[in-house]
Amino acid sequence: MKVKVLSGDHAVAHAVKLCKVDVIPTYPITPQTLIIEKISDFIFDGEFDATFMHADSEHSAMSMAVGASATGVRTFTATASQGLALMHEMLYVAPQTRLPIVMANVNRSLGAGSGIWAEYNDSMPERESGWMQVYVEDCQEAMDAIIQAYRVAEDHRVMLPMMVCLDAFVLSHTVEKVLVPEQSEVDAFLPRFRPMNYLDTSNPKFINIAVSPAHSMEMRYQMDHLMRGVAPFIDEVDEEFSKMFGRRYGGVIEEYRMEDADYALMTLGTATSTARVAVDELRAEGRKVGLIKLRFMRPFPHERLRRALEHVKAFGVFDRSISMNGFGPVFTEARNSLYGTGVPVTDHIAGIGGRDLTVQMFKEMFQRIEDSVKGGGRDCYWHGLRGEQI
Amino acid sequence: MSKQLTIRTMPQEDMLTSGHGACGGCGLSTAVNNVLRVLGPDTIVYAPASCFLVFSAQYPISALKVPFIYSAFENTGAVISGISAGLRRQGKASYVVGFAGDGGTFDIGLQALSGAAERNDDVLYVCVDNEAYMNTGTQRSGSTPFGAWTTTTPVGKVIQGKRQHKKDLMSVIAAQEVPYAATLSIAHPGDFLRKVEKAKGKRGFRFLHIMTPCTSGWKTEPSATYELARLAVETGMWTLYEIEDGAKRITYRPKEMVPVENYLKMQGRFKHMSKEDIETLQKWICKKWKMHYEPDMVSPVPRSEEEELSMVEEDNEGI
Ligand SMILES: Cc1ncc(C[n+]2csc(CCOP(=O)(O)OP(=O)(O)O)c2C)c(N)n1
Ligand code: SF4
Repeated sequence: MKVKVLSGDHAVAHAVKLCKVDVIPTYPITPQTLIIEKISDFIFDGEFDATFMHADSEHSAMSMAVGASATGVRTFTATASQGLALMHEMLYVAPQTRLPIVMANVNRSLGAGSGIWAEYNDSMPERESGWMQVYVEDCQEAMDAIIQAYRVAEDHRVMLPMMVCLDAFVLSHTVEKVLVPEQSEVDAFLPRFRPMNYLDTSNPKFINIAVSPAHSMEMRYQMDHLMRGVAPFIDEVDEEFSKMFGRRYGGVIEEYRMEDADYALMTLGTATSTARVAVDELRAEGRKVGLIKLRFMRPFPHERLRRALEHVKAFGVFDRSISMNGFGPVFTEARNSLYGTGVPVTDHIAGIGGRDLTVQMFKEMFQRIEDSVKGGGRDCYWHGLRGEQI
Repeated sequence: MSKQLTIRTMPQEDMLTSGHGACGGCGLSTAVNNVLRVLGPDTIVYAPASCFLVFSAQYPISALKVPFIYSAFENTGAVISGISAGLRRQGKASYVVGFAGDGGTFDIGLQALSGAAERNDDVLYVCVDNEAYMNTGTQRSGSTPFGAWTTTTPVGKVIQGKRQHKKDLMSVIAAQEVPYAATLSIAHPGDFLRKVEKAKGKRGFRFLHIMTPCTSGWKTEPSATYELARLAVETGMWTLYEIEDGAKRITYRPKEMVPVENYLKMQGRFKHMSKEDIETLQKWICKKWKMHYEPDMVSPVPRSEEEELSMVEEDNEGI
């Protein structure tokens, strides 16, 4: 193990090298560029033996990833925002054809009102595609999540692609101390990729052809069933990871000071670090608050969440994206998890377009959550809006 | 040099077996089958959305004997590049071929095609050109000839048929200086086989552009497919040449220019064409004819008289 000072993007690049990825099709977009630049440095300097492909667009990059992965090699790509949107059509291919591609997505706002800062409105719409999605909190987790991602994705019980999501700039360009594992440790944790079905002329198969209504519904059902059953594998891999590397992330969710919490908030990404401070400060005041870090948006941890919230009086969800009709996507999922439990759930939208998130803001969220048990409040609050909108 | 393939010595094993769902008289299926016969069983096929995709496989059956993958419409150039990279990474040498229609090549797929050509990826890209979007019901593409009826260039009261000429795609490819690019016709099997074999023997990006008459979209009789492909070349609607390491060579030169009307009148898609429109098309052909056949600019491949004779004989057999 070495200690290095790395940005989130560079941590991802190091992880890709440690995972001995074979084929890496790429197309640049801020703030993902540091990832592919670093990988190309590694390859062009002869430090990393992989095939680097210069795609003509993100759509082509994902098409190349599909082609390469279908031959049975370990494949990686990275994108953000507009790039992810351009891939949309191709994202639907990898899950249904069971290609365990790993992709880093550096979350950034999308479309008009353009900005290059953190927001999840790029990746959240893709949660329907069949990709697993993990959101990471710091540079160390960015590195570790890539290593874990291949281990989960390539497990023959899973065989699904995974998106590792990291916040624009707040994480992609922030440098932190990162423990970089030895190659031998990663080799011991991550076996060579053993493809199941692949393009091979000695055993001809077809991958993804036209399917009539007589079969397509069962195929979708199987995919849904598969995704619903993946969460335990993720927890299992995290457990094994902790034995090898001494760090654990809790699998699909991580609980923080939840033991006796009456009020809980769920966050994801870098916001979690800020929210932890808010929890510590409120705990110091004697308030019984706790935090749940949502790691996986897909598979969504419905069961773990329900168990973690068995004893709370009220629950709030932080959303860094909005589904233009009143609620954020994380809230919608979480409320589904808690349906029938009677626990009041509120949505807390903040940090949109890279707006700063402060400790004070999370304290306000906890206040709203506490107040929600009295009833009469709203389901959804926007925090940190300027001016008189609220 | 080893003996070139002829219609008699070519591999006879079909990689695209009979029983697939193409229309009777489909030029595209003939083209695909013959390309695959030459490439042989150590070949991986990519098909974008197109007639070929739909007629060759429907879960759970396939008419292809070689591995086969589909993913989208506009990405043939990119997916075959990815397949090739994955194979080379494992030290595998299988041929990688993408068969895309004209729509998937001239229009929506042009970027990925150009990207693969620019990177000189080790793939064979075959454009099977039936001059419209046939799989979605005969809409116009950048390849549809001037004047042609399609469902999106209908014969209206004010405007009749397509108003633009066919895009010169080969020039776009040629400008990218690829190792090998050629135009093919199913009515010239000797020439066809030689070009496929040549493409097979090279590394890097190779492009074959095959004119493939389409009975349903062109509104023709199934029995007319071969004659249409032949007439396309005789009239100058289609020219046969190859570009090898930058050198362009005409590989077949018609003895004289047959008036385009002879070609048009066999097809329902042109039957409405006015005298003026036919003239416009004929003028465009003359310009193209000059460009391709002007002796100062290009010369036919020098061949012995014996070879020339055997070619003519073969090319009259059809495949
Ligand atoms: C992104 C996208 N747009 C449109 C389509 C619909 N589509 C499927 S096949 C096709 C036409 C194919 O035409 P061409 O490439 O010429 O091949 P052909 O069917 O004529 O062989 C179209 C428009 C699609 N599948 N994907
Ligand atoms: S529509 Fe045309 S190209 Fe398509 S299968 Fe029929 S004849 Fe062939």
